[in-house]
Amino acid sequence: MGEISLKLNGKLETKDVADNTLLIDFIREHVGLTGTHVGCDTSQCGACVIHLDGVSVKACTMLAKQAEGSEIVTIEGLADGDELHPMQQAFHENHGLQCGFCTPGMVMSAVEMVTKNKNISEDEIRKGLEGNICRCTGYHNIVQSVKAGAAKMGG
Amino acid sequence: MYSTKYIKPNSTSEALEAIKSMGEGKFLAGGMTLIPTLKQRLASPDGLVDISGCDLDSISDEGDTIKIGAMTKHASVAESGLVNEAIPALAKLADGIGDRQVRNRGTLGGSVANNDPSACYPSAVLALKAIVHTNTRSIEADEFFTGMFETALEENEIIEAISFSKPTKANYVKFPNPASRYAMVGVFVAQFNDGVRVAVTGAGEGGVFRHAEMEAALSSNYNADALSALEISSDGLISDLHASPEYRANLIKEMTKRAVV
Repeated sequence: MGEISLKLNGKLETKDVADNTLLIDFIREHVGLTGTHVGCDTSQCGACVIHLDGVSVKACTMLAKQAEGSEIVTIEGLADGDELHPMQQAFHENHGLQCGFCTPGMVMSAVEMVTKNKNISEDEIRKGLEGNICRCTGYHNIVQSVKAGAAKMGG
Repeated sequence: MYSTKYIKPNSTSEALEAIKSMGEGKFLAGGMTLIPTLKQRLASPDGLVDISGCDLDSISDEGDTIKIGAMTKHASVAESGLVNEAIPALAKLADGIGDRQVRNRGTLGGSVANNDPSACYPSAVLALKAIVHTNTRSIEADEFFTGMFETALEENEIIEAISFSKPTKANYVKFPNPASRYAMVGVFVAQFNDGVRVAVTGAGEGGVFRHAEMEAALSSNYNADALSALEISSDGLISDLHASPEYRANLIKEMTKRAVV
């Protein structure tokens, strides 16, 4: 056990955790933010993607302790009050989801790749989403959503 | 995951002290293989020594070589201006490992120390006449990989950096497993003034290996046609649910042809 402190969606969180606690369990169980999902738990599906100091990572494949002192943003941290993030709005308008389980990871991956590449092409979007699996296979609308989101984000 | 201890030292000497204080400790680099292994309870170390704080994350131009710190992430190698200019094939290789999130965490040193038979990086180390610098010595690539998941690294030896020779020409082409994106066969071809080196990953039962016949053929004629008459033996190639040894033998030739441009 040991104490860790990190910033989660702008708020400092300090908790006692066991050394073998995964970051995803810290977020969901210790802090209680359940928007970040666990799909496969084997690092394949990307439903658990969050931003760690601005880069997208799979929260199921890190220890909470590895994130000590970092700044984390989860899907709950994207919207500004009741106003959705432009990428969330784009997913809404383009029906970029079916069951919705993979959506938090898809949106977090999308926001990172568009932030780094404002004029992103469809090929780059598809490559960027390789780590996110949609088992409804709704990729077409997801890709359209990311394109629309990129335009809203100033692409 | 079994219970374990986590320590994050600030230097490699502190990391060595930390691991010696544990019964069975493991160095933790990017964790893209080790964390899933721990989650499946396939390993139960007493402790993990996270070496991400040991200042091993850098890329520098050393004249004839590009030196990359062991904790440099795949994404950093893929985006590096230095690497893209001097050895674009290495940047291309890094950009094709796993997926975006794996590239944001996975490291050069972690991949090379693990020597997964299907990992991409070992082929670049072998083809680019790399030198593996550890806390105690420098190891030539030809001496480094000793078998599947086996390397010349001693217990408690840490890779600090790897120097890749700049080739006159190089390319990496892989046939990725569509689910995992690991190489079912990956071929790194590098041309130097004194000859061509061809390293094959994903295919050998003993892990990454150099292909002497293709090296000889391409050294005398650097052209895909030079490979046409070659018969690639399937002896010693991996047989698994993804492909037979014969299928892999065919892929070796095909990927090498595509790499020679």
